Amino acid sequence: MDLSIFGYQFMQNAILSAFLGGIACATIGVFVVLMHMPFIGVCMAHAAFAGALLGLWLGFNPMIGAFGVSLLSAAIIGPLADRGELNPETSVGVIFSLMLGLAFLFMGLMPGTKSGALELLWGSILTNTRSDIIFLGVVAAVVVGLVVGFYKEIQATIFHRDMARSVGIPATIILYGILFLTGATITVSLRSIGGLLIFSLILNPAAAAYQLTYSMKRMFLLSAAFGVLSGWTGLLLSYLFNVPSGATIVITSSVIFMIAAIFSPKRKVKGWQGKPLVEEP
Amino acid sequence: MNNTVINIENAVVSYREDIALRGVSIKVRSGEFVGIVGPNGAGKTTLLTIVNGLGRLLNGKVWVLGHYLTPGNGHFLRKKVGYVPQVENIDPRMPMNVREVVMIGRYGLLGLFRGPDKDDWKIVDEVLELVGMTHLAQRPIGHLSGGEQQRVAIARCLAQEPEVFLLDEPTASLDWKAQSEILELVKRIHQLRRLTTLFVTHDLNSLPVACDRVVLMKEGLIWGEGSPDELLTDDNLSQLYDMPISAVEKRRGEVVLT
Repeated sequence: MDLSIFGYQFMQNAILSAFLGGIACATIGVFVVLMHMPFIGVCMAHAAFAGALLGLWLGFNPMIGAFGVSLLSAAIIGPLADRGELNPETSVGVIFSLMLGLAFLFMGLMPGTKSGALELLWGSILTNTRSDIIFLGVVAAVVVGLVVGFYKEIQATIFHRDMARSVGIPATIILYGILFLTGATITVSLRSIGGLLIFSLILNPAAAAYQLTYSMKRMFLLSAAFGVLSGWTGLLLSYLFNVPSGATIVITSSVIFMIAAIFSPKRKVKGWQGKPLVEEP
Repeated sequence: MNNTVINIENAVVSYREDIALRGVSIKVRSGEFVGIVGPNGAGKTTLLTIVNGLGRLLNGKVWVLGHYLTPGNGHFLRKKVGYVPQVENIDPRMPMNVREVVMIGRYGLLGLFRGPDKDDWKIVDEVLELVGMTHLAQRPIGHLSGGEQQRVAIARCLAQEPEVFLLDEPTASLDWKAQSEILELVKRIHQLRRLTTLFVTHDLNSLPVACDRVVLMKEGLIWGEGSPDELLTDDNLSQLYDMPISAVEKRRGEVVLT
């Protein structure tokens, strides 16, 4: 196998992008999985895609459009999710379909070639530039930094929002912070992974980690590791078989999930309960 | 001497088009154990949420522990008010164990950027011991029975070292044995710590005998107030629950107060 390709600048950029994007997406994924809001994530990913196309159509930076529209959708979804007493899936579904409609509308209105739009749809990690990597790096650092810095507040909010509130933790601010970070992460990863595929890189590594551990800290670490592993393996497969990298990255993450689900100790609750559980004398 | 811990004056709360409280006034003294009884939808839970500052008042005034409650100072007061919400399903795969969940009770007290230290864990272990859950401390929180979940919720509340203790239907959906164990526990905690306690229930079976006072609620109003013996007559209950007296008598026959 000829690996001299990894000596090239664009490949190194891609490897770094997969590392940073994998960590950011997979960390966000832990929130998405534990707070039971996968559909909200999908909706925000499509909002970002629509926003980026709006930018392409009107001629401003697509990243600004992506960030703006995904935050706008978060601002609509946030209160629905926070109310808690009713399932927000229906309203989120309406917003999701609206975003998809807008995306195709902007694509249709766009004059000339649609290659820029298609690139945002499928993603192309191999064309990532230094500035893309800097954005990815900043967002990954902010996501990880906030999770470490506000771990106990985040943990309590994830566990039960009303309960977190009742002990004096500002769960509403934490929830909106999480939605904001989701929007930022999707925005910077859009060009690498693509609007259609980004959500799998958010959900799958965290869903795999969820199968394997009863410790939230370990779940964050495992999820990030799976995210990076998906990115790197996908990149290698993409190179070896000459297929789109976004697709191989997402398929790898799905395979990791399936393996985790098969070997999940959580599937064998009975056997697990038979083990001694008491540590203290 | 003013030892009133909770003072609610003419509280009105509404959720969308429904009015949950229609002008409720109540005073609770320090260390008092008040049972709040009424049918579903009477506004009992809402009454608790305005004490811990989670409910939004449309009208009226609330003082808790000497502080006038405004939307801004809810955080501060919630740290001193322990709240055990109604049982909810917990994700059986939630990656947290019992000890970590109880520790959440202390999180509000710790402040930003400060993790729990040895003393915090010591307090958590003490309250786990008090509620009889030490042997399950390492168990994932989703793997507990309803009664065990409720003990953990009570432990979490105590880890907070609150001055006011709010319990919302702590025995609902528990079997008879678990019910009486939780009631026994609540009674013991009240005797041990003398916390001002508000205990909400729709079920007279689960009204602890430790109650100093009973408040009857119906349709967002306080319908009666007094000592359990003088208030909980067949006549009153028949009106409170809209049931004929004969049905109340029959049900009372089944009641076994702990």
